Amino acid sequence: MTISYYLVLAAILFTIGAVGVLVRRNAIVVFMCIELMLNSVNLTLVTFARAGGTVDGQIMAFFVMVVAAAEVVIGLAIIMSIYRTRRSASVDDANLLKY
Amino acid sequence: MPAEGLLAASWLLIALPLAGAAALLLGGRRTDRWGHLLGTATVVVAFLLAVGCTVQLAGLEERAADVELFTFISAGDLDVTAGLLYDPLSAVFVLLITGVGSLIHVYSIGYMAHDPGRRRFFAYLNLFVAAMLLLVLGNSYVALYVGWEGVGLASYLLIAFWYTRPAAATAAKKAFIMNRVGDVGLALAVFVMFAQLGTTSYAGVHAGVATLAGGTVTAMGLLLLLGACGKSGQFPLQAWLPDAMEGPTPVSALIHAATMVTAGVYLIARSAPVYDETPTARAVVLAVGALTLLIGAIAGCAYDDIKKVLAYSTVSQIGYMFLAVGLGPAGYVAGLAHLLAHGFFKAGLFLGAGSVMHAMDDAVDMRRFGGLAKKLPVTFVTFGLGYLALIGFPFLSGYFTKDAIIEAALDREDAWGWVLGGVAVLGAGLTAFYMTRLMLMTFFGRPRWEDGVHPHESPTVMTAPMIVLAVGSVSAGALLVSVFPLADWLEPVFGEPEEATHVVAPVVVGLVVTVVMLLGVLAAWLFVGRREVPVTPPVRVSPVTRAARNALYADAINESLFMRPGQWLTRALVWFDNRGVDGAVNGLAAGLGGSSSRLGRAQTGFVRTYALGMLGGAVVVAGALLAVTAG
Repeated sequence: MTISYYLVLAAILFTIGAVGVLVRRNAIVVFMCIELMLNSVNLTLVTFARAGGTVDGQIMAFFVMVVAAAEVVIGLAIIMSIYRTRRSASVDDANLLKY
Repeated sequence: MPAEGLLAASWLLIALPLAGAAALLLGGRRTDRWGHLLGTATVVVAFLLAVGCTVQLAGLEERAADVELFTFISAGDLDVTAGLLYDPLSAVFVLLITGVGSLIHVYSIGYMAHDPGRRRFFAYLNLFVAAMLLLVLGNSYVALYVGWEGVGLASYLLIAFWYTRPAAATAAKKAFIMNRVGDVGLALAVFVMFAQLGTTSYAGVHAGVATLAGGTVTAMGLLLLLGACGKSGQFPLQAWLPDAMEGPTPVSALIHAATMVTAGVYLIARSAPVYDETPTARAVVLAVGALTLLIGAIAGCAYDDIKKVLAYSTVSQIGYMFLAVGLGPAGYVAGLAHLLAHGFFKAGLFLGAGSVMHAMDDAVDMRRFGGLAKKLPVTFVTFGLGYLALIGFPFLSGYFTKDAIIEAALDREDAWGWVLGGVAVLGAGLTAFYMTRLMLMTFFGRPRWEDGVHPHESPTVMTAPMIVLAVGSVSAGALLVSVFPLADWLEPVFGEPEEATHVVAPVVVGLVVTVVMLLGVLAAWLFVGRREVPVTPPVRVSPVTRAARNALYADAINESLFMRPGQWLTRALVWFDNRGVDGAVNGLAAGLGGSSSRLGRAQTGFVRTYALGMLGGAVVVAGALLAVTAG
């Protein structure tokens, strides 16, 4: 098998995620873009594990998923509470923590 | 050799007055009623003990006793033991200090009877006696230094005894600071000993000094001389001594005439082996002595303040002593004999001046005295005997001791001998002039008293010490020359006195000095005694008189040479501290604060900005990694 296809796909996914984080304002969308980046990394890990014939990368991917699940719980809770107080899900509106 | 018997208890000499001072200072007002008696008793007991010690010392074969007390400093190679050395040289000083000290304590009972600070006065006086005895009894330069600073402290406290008077407070500060200049020299000399010889005991230093390089010894000698000049009011540090007369008169008599100011002579005499190795430093001692002798005598001719005249006389007489000890082995005994005789007659003269002030409501201006001989007969006679002793009237003490110095100077057998001898003879003439002027203005002529002044003779408690000192003034010289020859007594310290070959026969010297002295007396009579003394000093006077009235501009020179540049320096340093040091620190803090508040602007609060930053950083790191691995 050629791993370059998988890696290019992972790179495209990561780039979409990164650009999405940078250009979108809606917190939910930014959040989903982060998930996208995590999963592109997972893809890379699994690809290398498969190519190398080891399971290290697959185990690492599980860890990433666990962390991502925990992060989703906390992140969504934060977004919910911000939305409740400010009636907005735009990341640019939550800018009080500054100089 | 180790001390036995009474000599082993010689530490009591120091401990007794020290205990007296502690009792009076710590006892507070409870001791007000009897404190002065305790203070006097400690010194009198110390005197009796000193007499006992000296008698025992005279019976010893070696005539020197070591008293080991305790280890003072012990650190690595440095080992300073506190110990006392009772030898003939310290013995004569101990007798002078406790003897004259006792008399002056007794006198002070009368003089300070009505002073509210009497207890404090006696406490400080006891403190002085203790420190002075430590100075002369210590067996090392460190012990001497401790005593040296102790007498400096006592002197400061006593000059400023009437501290509410601005003049007294200023004079005390002046004395303290000028002494400090000298003390730095002494301290440095001790450091040189530590560094070069690793010991400061007299025995160790004097044994090791011959092994040192010539330059080191000369430096040591000059530094010791600087210390001696500060304490003894010698050129160039002579200006504090006349101002020190702001203190009570017994203090002037004890500290600033008889004992403390002669500590410099003691130091140089004690350091004889050091000066033996360095003719340069010894020549400087000579020059200082000769110069101060003249400065003091010239200034003494112009002052109207009775105590200041006596103070300049002290400066001048100590100049004689420096001249003598600067002559080397030939002069030590002559200088010390003059020191002892001077201790008697100058203390007597000061006590007499105190008695006059007592009678004249504390006035010191001789232009407002006059005709006191009849009103104060005892003071007149005792003061007169002291006066005759000081000017060197034949067969009184000054005659013997001053002639011995002049002879020793002439015996140098070179041109300088003639110069020094000439200076000393000239000084004798000037001494006769200013002292006769003082006598004429105070005791003779028409009374010029202020209104409401009724002179009366002092009480017996004051006149008795004056009488004792007058007897001493008359007899001390003859006793030291013939009955108890000082030269034989000091032989263990300075070695066998050489049989000097006299350039000029002593009889001729005596005649010349007497003639010069009589000329001085005659001049004083022509200038002062013959006509009416004006109550206010004449304004139109010659430049010489004006210079003498300003003590040859010593204060002005000090002020323009040291004080003003010192003030400029401090001002420059303050400026540098404020602008330079503080500026650097404050500037650094301001720079950090400013840049951090500017950096803080980067915290915009926009999450996406931070995200871009993280991405940028990650890209840079990844790029760098790639570059490294690829390269």
